[in-house]
Amino acid sequence: MKLTKTLLATSALVMSAGAASAIDLTFVSWGGAYQKSQLEAYAKPYMEAHPDVNIIWDESSAEAVAKLRAMNEAGNLTWDLVDVDAADSFRLCDEGLAMEYDPDELLAPADDGTSASEDFGAQIVNACYIPQIVYSTTFGYRTDLVGDTPPSNICDVFDLEAYPGKRSLEKRPINNMEWALLCDGVAKEDIYDVLATDEGQQQALAKLGTIKDQVIWWSAGADTPQLLADGEVVMGSTYNGRLFSAIAEQNQPIGMLWDAQVFSFDGWVIPTGLPEDRLAVVKDFLFFATDTQRLADQAKYISYGPARASSAPLVGQHADLGIDMAPHMPTDPANAQNVFYYNFEFWADYRDDIDAKFQAWLAG
Amino acid sequence: MSDTTDTGPMRAADGTPLKKSLARALRRQKLRALALIAPLLIFVLVTFVVPIADMLFRSVENQIVSDTLPHTVRLLSSWDSSTGETPDEPVYAALAVDFQAASEEKNHTKLGTRLNYENPGLSSMFRKTGRGADDIGKASTKRFTDLDPAWKDGATWAALLGSDDWLADMAEWSKDDGRQPRFSPRAEAASALPMTSDVYTAFARVARTENKKSAVETKPWPVLYTALEQDLATASPESLSAVNGASAGLLQAAGAAVPGFEPISYKDAFIDIDKGWSEVDSWQTIQSYAARYTPGYFLNAVDLEKSPEGIQQRPEQQQIYLMLFWRTIWMSMLITFCCLVLGYPVAWILANLRASTANVLMILVLLPFWTSLLVRTSAWKVMLQQQGVINDILVWLGLVDDGSRLVLINNQFGTIVAMTHILLPFMILPLYSVMKTIPPTYLRAAKSLGATNWTAFWRVYFPQSVPGIGAGSILCYILAIGYYITPELVGGTQGVFISNRIAFHISSSLNWGLAAALGSILLGAVLLLYYVYDKIVGIDNVKLG
Amino acid sequence: MKGVVLAERVENRAVFRFSRVKGLERLTKSNTGSPNLTNAKTGGDAAFVEFEHVQKSYDGETLVVKDLNLTIAKGEFLTMLGPSGSGKTTCLMMLAGFETATHGDIRLGGKPINNIPPHKRGIGMVFQNYALFPHMTVAENLAFPLEVRGMSKSDREAKVKRALDMVQMGKFGGRRPAQMSGGQQQRVALARALVFEPELVLMDEPLGALDKQLREHMQFEITRLAHDLGITTVYVTHDQTEALTMSDNVAVFDDGRIQQLAPPDVLYEEPANSFVAQFIGENNTLLGAVKEIKGDIAVVELDDGELIDCKPVNVSKPGERTRVSIRPERVEFNKARLQPGAHTLKAEVLEFIYMGDIFRTRLRVAGNDEFVVKTRNAPDQVRLQPGAQIEIGWLPQDCRALDA
Repeated sequence: MKLTKTLLATSALVMSAGAASAIDLTFVSWGGAYQKSQLEAYAKPYMEAHPDVNIIWDESSAEAVAKLRAMNEAGNLTWDLVDVDAADSFRLCDEGLAMEYDPDELLAPADDGTSASEDFGAQIVNACYIPQIVYSTTFGYRTDLVGDTPPSNICDVFDLEAYPGKRSLEKRPINNMEWALLCDGVAKEDIYDVLATDEGQQQALAKLGTIKDQVIWWSAGADTPQLLADGEVVMGSTYNGRLFSAIAEQNQPIGMLWDAQVFSFDGWVIPTGLPEDRLAVVKDFLFFATDTQRLADQAKYISYGPARASSAPLVGQHADLGIDMAPHMPTDPANAQNVFYYNFEFWADYRDDIDAKFQAWLAG
Repeated sequence: MSDTTDTGPMRAADGTPLKKSLARALRRQKLRALALIAPLLIFVLVTFVVPIADMLFRSVENQIVSDTLPHTVRLLSSWDSSTGETPDEPVYAALAVDFQAASEEKNHTKLGTRLNYENPGLSSMFRKTGRGADDIGKASTKRFTDLDPAWKDGATWAALLGSDDWLADMAEWSKDDGRQPRFSPRAEAASALPMTSDVYTAFARVARTENKKSAVETKPWPVLYTALEQDLATASPESLSAVNGASAGLLQAAGAAVPGFEPISYKDAFIDIDKGWSEVDSWQTIQSYAARYTPGYFLNAVDLEKSPEGIQQRPEQQQIYLMLFWRTIWMSMLITFCCLVLGYPVAWILANLRASTANVLMILVLLPFWTSLLVRTSAWKVMLQQQGVINDILVWLGLVDDGSRLVLINNQFGTIVAMTHILLPFMILPLYSVMKTIPPTYLRAAKSLGATNWTAFWRVYFPQSVPGIGAGSILCYILAIGYYITPELVGGTQGVFISNRIAFHISSSLNWGLAAALGSILLGAVLLLYYVYDKIVGIDNVKLG
Repeated sequence: MKGVVLAERVENRAVFRFSRVKGLERLTKSNTGSPNLTNAKTGGDAAFVEFEHVQKSYDGETLVVKDLNLTIAKGEFLTMLGPSGSGKTTCLMMLAGFETATHGDIRLGGKPINNIPPHKRGIGMVFQNYALFPHMTVAENLAFPLEVRGMSKSDREAKVKRALDMVQMGKFGGRRPAQMSGGQQQRVALARALVFEPELVLMDEPLGALDKQLREHMQFEITRLAHDLGITTVYVTHDQTEALTMSDNVAVFDDGRIQQLAPPDVLYEEPANSFVAQFIGENNTLLGAVKEIKGDIAVVELDDGELIDCKPVNVSKPGERTRVSIRPERVEFNKARLQPGAHTLKAEVLEFIYMGDIFRTRLRVAGNDEFVVKTRNAPDQVRLQPGAQIEIGWLPQDCRALDA
């Protein structure tokens, strides 16, 4: 009796699986809270609407460029859609590893009919990059370790007298060099011109040198929140979403220093060489996942700004905590009084050169 | 039959020479043995030999420059950079052809990335030029189509440059047949119009790989017009008249018209797109890295660089690799030594305990193997940081003032502690297996002969444990110099290794050539060390188990 | 091949004997002995090594050595003989200092050595597997004990050379142990134990790993060396032939006790109890009860009712159970050679084995099928055929009534 039932159930399963001709897609993202927000806002609703599509997540975005290049050389592409930092999308696009696309053909227009290319605007930084969020790299500080006047200016990071104690900075030149020049008296609009010269680079390193022995250098986004929580540092830079979760979700005594935050983008790229059938599903998913509502939905789960102008008014409350997300967005007018935009062109050219000098400076 | 008393070769029972039949019997044995190890051999070959060979190749390989800019590179070889003048117009014209052809296949950005490692700024210059390159071609296109609208037609170009065989094949081909026939150039056209023929070969190849439309029906690339204009400007009338085929007449007409065209300055056009093309520096970089194989990566890996004056040291603020190599070597030695000092007594105790107790302790030794490397390393963070366990205890004991907590992590000390912990089992296991084979009677014998405990240990036990020390040290050392995760997490700025830079170039900067050169040097250093060890201690004196 | 080698060896032996005496003179001339022991040196037959009420337990529950009392005279060659687990090796290790006595005193030259560490005892030792240091050459092995005593290089070299010559290994100084045969290693081990001129040498089954011929040859060499150099030797073995041929005195160990301490001939001919009788040499035993004791003759009634004459050893009164022991070569079946009136036993021949120098005849006597008689192969010797019914007897003093 029991056996017959089992057999029946099994054959039913096999038949239904055969009928649906399901497709497995591998999406690559960063893991953690960010990947969870993508799962909740995009993947789950999409899979509900398309039961035949199954999305598998791979947390390899940090090595996406190298891995895609290796896959391309081996002729064995196993990824269908990759979430990358906009800076990495330049490399992928330059190397021909990411597919170029037409925004108005691939992406949905805004609800009011504004075309996708206009709605995303300058965020489409190159021909391969499909924008998703705006995030910022900014500072958090320990509210209990900075005295009565908490830091409000980026140059407080370089002020060891007013704010003694260790700071954590990312172990790469990007952002740090700009902040250093800004606090060394270089006008904001001149920064990249200065930084393109050897003297300018030495000037930035010299400014960083004034706090070098008080810096703990981080290489993972989770380091600074942890160092702040342990009281190892009084202030440190990291991604604003990491600080948000330390403050709002873990109730750590941490405050935000938004001054001179650096905006950067994160979005999708489609690897070149996808077979037609998979490419069709990926395009369908992207049309859905980058529409105005979906991008606004993602902000329920993480404090990163939606890339579409039309999504901003729709940003609501945190899905679990019920707090308003807008004031925690880097794009909120109160937070965005003084911002930098990640200079992709500049860093694509100077990243390797300045990084070599930066690392030599660090090691020396 | 088996008369072997004859002079001459010994013979087997069936009369074949003994040597031959022995060889046959041995060959069969060898083949069988080979068949048995074949899977392993193939595995080793695929997973070990091939990647290493690939790495060594990458560290000198540099074909991208001459492959992407073939005509430019050829003309540029006679350019003298020391004059301080940019190259002449023909070089820019060749560049116009090469660049447009490259941008059709998105190769110009790859080349830009490659050259940017040597000269920052070239990446965006190449990207920008790629976008502008199409405009350069448009002027030529207009001239030819004005001359005769037939030049717009793909078939004109196919008939001009394709061989008769290929044209016949293409006429028969339809999209349902699968791939297009492979292109073969028309011989006399290739010699009369070399550049155009090269570009058309690339054009036909792209049409074939994309396989949407026949090459004959595809709209010609603008670069073809640029190339043709240049070829016609230099071609001899005899060679032009030798060209046969359906487009021969068109070619003759164009050949006659071209001298009347107002010359296009490609130099100005390029400088218009990006003023980087007016800099001698950019051209120097292309010229220096034009060779198919380059020592550039290796030079970079030892803080040297190519310059017009020859090989010289990089500016001081860019010198890092030699220092990192040296640091990697001495810190790995120190870590190995720490492992030895800590591991030796442990191995000794394990080897001299009852088997049951030893097994329990052995599990403790192996326990770290079963925990994730990241977890172990993070645990050291919790232990060593300034608000960490060790500092807390020292402050609580009053040994350290709360204001001057010790810096135990994010420096060399942190790397040494964490790495010693991680590598300790690799020292203990070979030591243990060697010590296990040293009978305790040697120590007794030494003592009975009058040696104190220390002398007995040092003169009798220790020398016999040297094979274990050798094996453990080689293992630890080789593992240590290749580690990068732990140094990255706990090493701060002073405790990172050369492997961290290799990892950076592999995954972040994508400068795989430099990573390969650094890796090759590291491999060479290990082999050298192995050789020195063999000379001093003797490699047969190493026991791994 | 083997024969040739053997002949060579025998020749060598003659040469060796000659040169050894010379070497010995030189050795003894410079004999200063071990520094710790020179003062307490006692001459002649006075006690040199003494065990007094020594006990040893490893686990605190059972005694491996139970109340050991043993005195060894200077220059004596004493063998500790016994089955494995009898405590003989433990005694040796306590003497060497590698084990400590749980109770009792061990004295060397009159001084208690319980608290002296092994390396200060100045006792030479030869180990079962030689324990030659594999990473040193033969010469370095020999120089080791001299080196740790701080001897100068030239003195060391001279002594090493003398010691190697003494064991005929003079040419092997540059070899490593692994490059030598077992016999050669054995000689080197011996030389190493002697090179620093200890007054006491301990040997722990040193010949166990050698083949029979080499072993017999080494037995001879060791004994000669020990006696010629006047060294006191304590030798542990489980091989009774070795014990009998080499020793001045043999201590038979069993169950943590010395069962008998006597010179080899006494041990063989007058075993003190049935363990010793059975452990040493071949032995026929018959079970019975004492019927009467007349002076030094005891009449024993065997279990099948027959009577025999014995020497009472461990029996004192009629009625006592006894195990009677007779050596196979002391059984007589030629009545003419027996004393008049001696008791005889009926026996049936079961098997006759020709062994070259002797005949071995197996009999059934008083219900015992394993009764063996050994007779010399002489022209007039009788060869008994299986099935023959004969009568056997022996001199009463050859038949010992021991504990049951």
